[in-house]
Amino acid sequence: MSNIDSYEERYSNFDWKISAEELEYGKNGMYNIGFYCSDRIVEKGFGDRTALIWQGFKGDVKEFTYNDIRIYSNVVAKFLIDKGVKSGDRVCIFMDRIPELYISFVGILKMGGITQPLFSAFGEEALFTRLEDAKTKAVITTKKHAGKIRRIRDRLPALEKVIIVDVEEQALKPGEISFNMEKSTPVENFEIEKVGPEVPSVLHYTSGTTGKPKGALHVHSSIIAQYITAKWVLDITSGDIYWCTADPGWVTGTSYGIIGPWACGVTQTVLDSGFNTEKWYQFIEKHKITVWYTAPTAIRLLMKDGTSAVQKYDLSCLRHLISVGEPLNAEGVIWSEQAFGKPFHDSYWQTETGSIVITNYPGMKVKPGSMGKPFPGITATVLDQKTFGPITTPGKVGLIALKPGWPSMFRAYWENKEMYDSKFKNGWYICGDRSSIDSEGYFWFVGRDDDVINTGGHLVGPFEIESALLEHEAVAESAAVGKPDAVNMEVVKAFVALKPGYEANADLELSIMNFIRKKLSPLAMPQEIEFVESLPKTRSGKIMRRLLRAKEWGQEIGDTSTLEND
Amino acid sequence: MNQDIKNLIIDYVKKEYLEEDAEQEVNETTPLISSGIVDSFSMVSLKTFLEKKFNIKIPDEKATPEAFDSVNNIINLLKEFNVT
Repeated sequence: MSNIDSYEERYSNFDWKISAEELEYGKNGMYNIGFYCSDRIVEKGFGDRTALIWQGFKGDVKEFTYNDIRIYSNVVAKFLIDKGVKSGDRVCIFMDRIPELYISFVGILKMGGITQPLFSAFGEEALFTRLEDAKTKAVITTKKHAGKIRRIRDRLPALEKVIIVDVEEQALKPGEISFNMEKSTPVENFEIEKVGPEVPSVLHYTSGTTGKPKGALHVHSSIIAQYITAKWVLDITSGDIYWCTADPGWVTGTSYGIIGPWACGVTQTVLDSGFNTEKWYQFIEKHKITVWYTAPTAIRLLMKDGTSAVQKYDLSCLRHLISVGEPLNAEGVIWSEQAFGKPFHDSYWQTETGSIVITNYPGMKVKPGSMGKPFPGITATVLDQKTFGPITTPGKVGLIALKPGWPSMFRAYWENKEMYDSKFKNGWYICGDRSSIDSEGYFWFVGRDDDVINTGGHLVGPFEIESALLEHEAVAESAAVGKPDAVNMEVVKAFVALKPGYEANADLELSIMNFIRKKLSPLAMPQEIEFVESLPKTRSGKIMRRLLRAKEWGQEIGDTSTLEND
Repeated sequence: MNQDIKNLIIDYVKKEYLEEDAEQEVNETTPLISSGIVDSFSMVSLKTFLEKKFNIKIPDEKATPEAFDSVNNIINLLKEFNVT
């Protein structure tokens, strides 16, 4: 039997108090996520249970018990306080998926800091934008990534501490601090910061159509939603070996790669390695993974290697499969049934929602290609795009909208109230995606309602790419759009008009690609560049991305009456 | 000739995908994709480099993470296009 048991029954009589009571949330005035992810599990008598099995790309393995997580996160928390970091300061974690990342996340929360995880593949400009906006006080990183911070540090007056976890003192540059978590004196007792439930905890940056990336701010009581969704949707129980393949630079990697599973007291695994079908299956077999949360992009890559690759391994340990990041196409669901004997369950949510809001539940009929149904406690609908009133006709497409009030809803965009307020209409939070609802209440994803590009499950903002493109010496103007891709759903395509004197050729194409990759990230790098004489614009001079995107997707280009040129 | 191609690719990987002061050694057997030196998105820029340098067109179905996972694997892939 699954943890959720009957979805209909749970939905009809749900109260978030169920989760809070299971967690004993607020007992003795304790609301800090850091406590619930480590000390509480130890207090329950499970200190010796393995919390983390980490494997590097060379196959080296490290294991940490819940008591280790408790003590090492205390070490991180004390170290930060000793260095002058205070409650409410933003502390960025910028590193690959090594144990220090996961443990620092908990340690920062324990001392009352706001943890700001950033994807380690970000280039220096993407990093700068996010650190500058958050006025980040400290960064915890590794020598591999320290160079990017060194090149922008002069432009970040608020950044006081650069902490490097894997260098000796003699290799530091001026103003940097060395910190070796495992060699530090263990901290058995640490007074966890007594934060209130509405105190900020995690700051995740996300991209929009316009402007710079926005920092979605979450609070400590988000754990109420992350715990119960991990339990009921991922169906994890204390005996499970769980693998979330997401990087904690993105919200899935923290909500369900740290908070949810550790609040549930399960053993979670991390593979710090690039994608490789054989390595992934070996990893599942070796660690006897039972619950697997991954992305449609990865599933499509696995599909390419077929069921024969699966059959070389004993993957009978797998009990429940879930996917996230972009819509899982019906083929992926059907293939997983053939390959693993069970379907992947699609789940829908986003940085701003903090936890899964629409999904397919264990034990519930999976309609391949559907997003599933709203989580108990979540009121979801689709709204008419003009009136913002709920659509009641089954199958009619509208904007996905949620009634505010669930515990993990973001509380602000960092210092951007106007943008935050713009996300709410008629008392609904507007997700920015379009879908329909069928007669049985299942949601069916249609697409984004804006120009944001969803590539491999990550949102990339066209404005950020276009701004960076303009910094290339040859680029006069540009537009970035998503184009269809069999594996990543969308990839970035850039339309570029060159300055006089520059010639479009393969050398220049490669130069622009690498320029964006280093400046922003590999995700933002255009996978294709089309050189054009000029870009379609409105009469007011605004580039019409919509037109370019429609062409890529083979769609009708719609109203062009405001077009300046064609 | 083969050695020249190897060195060319190794130099390119070092220059484009590693930090200037990186201590990481790259040789013909170093894992590139599975080690994270070149991620799956950046693979496109490596593919573009090879296509441009050797005047070939590598079809998407041949540009797999495995085919790009080491300089030796890339050399084997290039042989299919008579680049030796």
